[in-house]
Amino acid sequence: MSSHTPALQGNLMVHDSTYEPGIQIYNMKLGMWLFLLSEVMFFTSLLGTYVILRFAHPDHFADPGAVLNVPLTAFNTFFLICSSVTMVKAFAAIQKGDQKGLKLWLLATILIGACFVGIQAIEYGALVHEGFVPMAAKYHALGRTGVEGGPIVGGPLYGSTFYIMTGFHGLHVSIGVICLTFVLIRAMQGHYTLSDHRGVELIGLYWHFVDLVWIILFTIVYLI
Amino acid sequence: MTTESQTHGEHHDPPYMLIFFVLLVMTLAEVGYAFLSLPKFWLGFGLCVMAIWKALLVAMYYMHLRWEPRKLWLLVAVPIPLVIILITAVLTEF
Repeated sequence: MSSHTPALQGNLMVHDSTYEPGIQIYNMKLGMWLFLLSEVMFFTSLLGTYVILRFAHPDHFADPGAVLNVPLTAFNTFFLICSSVTMVKAFAAIQKGDQKGLKLWLLATILIGACFVGIQAIEYGALVHEGFVPMAAKYHALGRTGVEGGPIVGGPLYGSTFYIMTGFHGLHVSIGVICLTFVLIRAMQGHYTLSDHRGVELIGLYWHFVDLVWIILFTIVYLI
Repeated sequence: MTTESQTHGEHHDPPYMLIFFVLLVMTLAEVGYAFLSLPKFWLGFGLCVMAIWKALLVAMYYMHLRWEPRKLWLLVAVPIPLVIILITAVLTEF
């Protein structure tokens, strides 16, 4: 979007056709990026808390796979990455003016996102059944060890930090699914066109950010 | 807005499926790497490097940061030193 906007250099007004004021993106996109950057700090504070507590009280925490279901969550990670692909496909479709493609890929993203939340709920149910709840003094890793009565591991901090971090992320995914549904409804009403599809781009940014956060969370919470 | 959409569409279609396969392979590599018999430090370091690399791929290609103005890159880079400080500063406590 180049313009012949005059630029002030010293006391002289210089007409420079390459001068571009501002960050050169539309306001809503800038607003979304600023929001996402604030969310970066939010999740960093949660992760930082987890790191501090893990280093301070290693006896409260367990090795990867001892309590948490790593294979199931790895599959869930794959699911979320797939939803990122479908989301970017939806955006690419409307960039070409493909209305049908936009709706189909948005629907796919919603379904995969809902599946991610569902699988996480199943995981939570299994963990609670094993006694892994926030602030549980000790808990049995029944499912992971396959041994009745399992080893008694961990302490209150593990459950608390786990559920806070993954719970907040799950909340973000759930909100994302709701917003995507709203965008799909608007797409079905024909609100997005080749020349104006800002809503699709904005929800896409949010959805990819949610995926990005999970990539970091999965590594730190489940694998380290 | 028309101009911005057209400008955004002028670049070649990014390799979305290639990035997807790279992310998939790296996720599998991460899970495998996590269960190797390595010192804890190298396990954590390797996993963090892989996670950050995956995050960068998502940010650059799926969030289209690669094709955004450089000024936006500057804005996005602002929290990074804060993140590093928050995580590493508390690590030095132990």
